[in-house]
Amino acid sequence: MTKEKVLLHLPYAPPFLFVDALEYIDEERVTGTYIFKPDLPCYEGHFKGQPVTPGVLLTEVMAQVGLACLGIYLLRDSIQQQVPSVAMTSTQIDFYRPVSPGEKVTATAEKIYFRFNKLKCRVALYNAAGELVCDGILAGMIINRSNE
Amino acid sequence: MDKVAFIEQLREIVKPYAKNQAALANINASTDFINDLKINSANLVDVVLDVEEKYDIVIQNEEMERMLNVQAAMDIVEAKLSEK
Repeated sequence: MTKEKVLLHLPYAPPFLFVDALEYIDEERVTGTYIFKPDLPCYEGHFKGQPVTPGVLLTEVMAQVGLACLGIYLLRDSIQQQVPSVAMTSTQIDFYRPVSPGEKVTATAEKIYFRFNKLKCRVALYNAAGELVCDGILAGMIINRSNE
Repeated sequence: MDKVAFIEQLREIVKPYAKNQAALANINASTDFINDLKINSANLVDVVLDVEEKYDIVIQNEEMERMLNVQAAMDIVEAKLSEK
């Protein structure tokens, strides 16, 4: 499955699609990018007069790249339906740097295990300067309904 | 396999994932991982992986699907160990 095809199977749509492109994917790891558009509504309130990207959205970028995209790739031979069901099941993330409106981020993920439809990954997010923004461990379940 | 010893070993494995401490204290052969111990399905995967590591066995998808209570876990582990 190509990087472009993986994106077509993602269960997200704007305003909650937080991956623009994949740079690399194989059975063990994935790298993807996203640009936080300056007109995202969250910046009006996070924070008052001082827009900073919420940590939950930084986590979401890592989850959509590292769990959803990699999970779809791992299930590529059995994915028949267009959109599998996914659920994030645990997050353990440390944050190091803020991300401002308009910044491009790059998420990387490395598989720890994929067993019984649960994918657990070591993830990290970097800014355009290559500085570490946040990292940690994420896990999620992916269910290919046609196989149930 | 010694049933009492197995249940004690399993109690240690599920301890970090069990939400219901009272059910954990009274764990027995009929204890259900999801309904009694309130372990979610994602953490149940970790229970199964920890069981694999503890007994040095590999559990298949269809066995995982059956492994919903203590008795079923014991039956599956016993069968796996006897194949060795």
